[in-house]
Amino acid sequence: MSNVLFKRTEALTSKEFSYCPGCTHGIIHRIVAEVLEELNILDRTIGVSPVGCAVMNYEYFNCDMQQASHGRAPAVATGIKRVLPNNIVFTYQGDGDLASIGTAEIVHAAHRSENITVIFVNNAIYGMTGGQMAPTTLVGQKTTTSPTGRDPRHSGYPIKISEMLATIPGATYIERVSVHNPQNVRKAKQAVKRAFEMQIQGKGFSMVEFVSTCPVNWGKTPQDALNWLVDNMIPYYPLGVYRQPEAGEKNE
Amino acid sequence: MAKVMMKGNEAMGLAAIKGGCRAFFGYPITPQNEIPEYLARVMPEYGGVFLQAESEVAAINMIYGASGAGVRSMTSSSSPGIALKQEGITYIAGAELPCVIINVMRGGPGLGGIQPSQADYKQVTRGGGNGDYYLLAFAPENLQETVNIVKEAFDLAEIYRNPVMIAVDGLIGQMMEPVDVDMEIPKREIPEKTWATTGTLGKRERNVVNSLYLDPQALENHSLKLKAKYDLMREKEQRYELVNVDHSEIVIVAYGTMARICRSAMEILNEKGINVGLLRPISIYPFPEKAFAELPSTVKGLLTCELSTGQMIDDVKIANNGKLPIGFFGRTGGMLPEPEEIVDAVIKMIGGMKNE
Repeated sequence: MSNVLFKRTEALTSKEFSYCPGCTHGIIHRIVAEVLEELNILDRTIGVSPVGCAVMNYEYFNCDMQQASHGRAPAVATGIKRVLPNNIVFTYQGDGDLASIGTAEIVHAAHRSENITVIFVNNAIYGMTGGQMAPTTLVGQKTTTSPTGRDPRHSGYPIKISEMLATIPGATYIERVSVHNPQNVRKAKQAVKRAFEMQIQGKGFSMVEFVSTCPVNWGKTPQDALNWLVDNMIPYYPLGVYRQPEAGEKNE
Repeated sequence: MAKVMMKGNEAMGLAAIKGGCRAFFGYPITPQNEIPEYLARVMPEYGGVFLQAESEVAAINMIYGASGAGVRSMTSSSSPGIALKQEGITYIAGAELPCVIINVMRGGPGLGGIQPSQADYKQVTRGGGNGDYYLLAFAPENLQETVNIVKEAFDLAEIYRNPVMIAVDGLIGQMMEPVDVDMEIPKREIPEKTWATTGTLGKRERNVVNSLYLDPQALENHSLKLKAKYDLMREKEQRYELVNVDHSEIVIVAYGTMARICRSAMEILNEKGINVGLLRPISIYPFPEKAFAELPSTVKGLLTCELSTGQMIDDVKIANNGKLPIGFFGRTGGMLPEPEEIVDAVIKMIGGMKNE
């Protein structure tokens, strides 16, 4: 008899991911799924899918799911959580979805301290639509709509969502993580676990921001994309906890 | 319960609760503010959810979430706010979720005005959002009819798994009338919400609320499934009232507040010996085409009267199918006509037909 050392988490369906080679969505999905399984909350969880690369993730997470319109996932999650307060509700959103078209919804969900968990994947570009500039695109970064590189005189500076939301009293737990190496994958999983634990304990709004890659639209190999993330993304978007309850109490 | 005096907007709020509504999400806009204000006070007493959203866009998406979770949900707004909700409404129709939307109409376009109007007819009956979909839409003319329809709307929304819109103008929202909110409504068989996302609890396959179909054949199939529902609505849900149409020479077609004004005009005309009837659409989607087939052969012309520059008239033309001459009278921008203006329009129309 052999021991099982590694298996697929039951929080993911058997559906094959639609993501591009080298994209970190796969790792992030697995982290979220493993946490749902380990916290034993999968059968009372309702996830909300975004518009963007992760739009089809209602086919991947093995729980009840709702697919939201662009940027509105926090509003949809609010509707679900308010009528089903004992269920677990999470959104999974990219940076075009959350940091551009959905800024009002994310700010007010945090402001009301909706007891939901937001998984925010920031790869500094619109991936699904073919590599346009996002609010999070770095200065000088070339995209199809900033062909000579992002010029802050024209398009402003990249928006730092975790830092911004951390100024909101209702935001209970905000952490920025990365999955560019195994050590950081482990840290990221801890952050996601903590975020869902906040929700289970009824402590209010929690968000984990992942700085992530888009090898295809960045025009890089997967490894070069990870190197670029370490050299360029993390210095501008520093990893760490931006807000957490003090002594286990809800903020404010 | 006996009739009590209530303001239209508050009566609609109470009717929603009586209809089983347990979640309301909205955003302030005149002239519908008494609906959220009333529900902010009363909904908690019934154990329901009231939440003022950050925008109309957010409110309708909260409805998507709450309806998707299987709870009877409602939002209310007024014309420009309904325009903002259109994105969410097409998603709700696409995902086949039930919900009720009250539109207390005001003048437009743009920010328009805040006085009563029927200039949203096309926004209400032609979708407004993207794609092949319709709302089941009603346009009642008094508060008793309004509260009955609000209560029924929650049943109908679940039967058809489709949003139901109740389009009243600002006058109905703001006026007071005696109303019995407990008046019985037809009993209907309501299907179980086997589709709702409530957590699987390990007892069933997972549910997905979704309007995305990347495969064009799948989307065509889905659209045809939706069309079959709209066809069924056209067969079963046409509602209208025919008043004094026997022996009438002219039939006025009008709904909502305009129909009330037309009733007064009819009395004046009938006293003058001019036989005038009223065809009052109560459902505006489906448009009551069946009513036009019931008109007697004495009818020589139709006068469409609206609080707009002429929107329902297109549906009247389709229903009339070239049979009778059609005239139009409208006031818009929040202006309400005196009955005499409609009397004049009818007399003018009769004169014009005799000269031909």
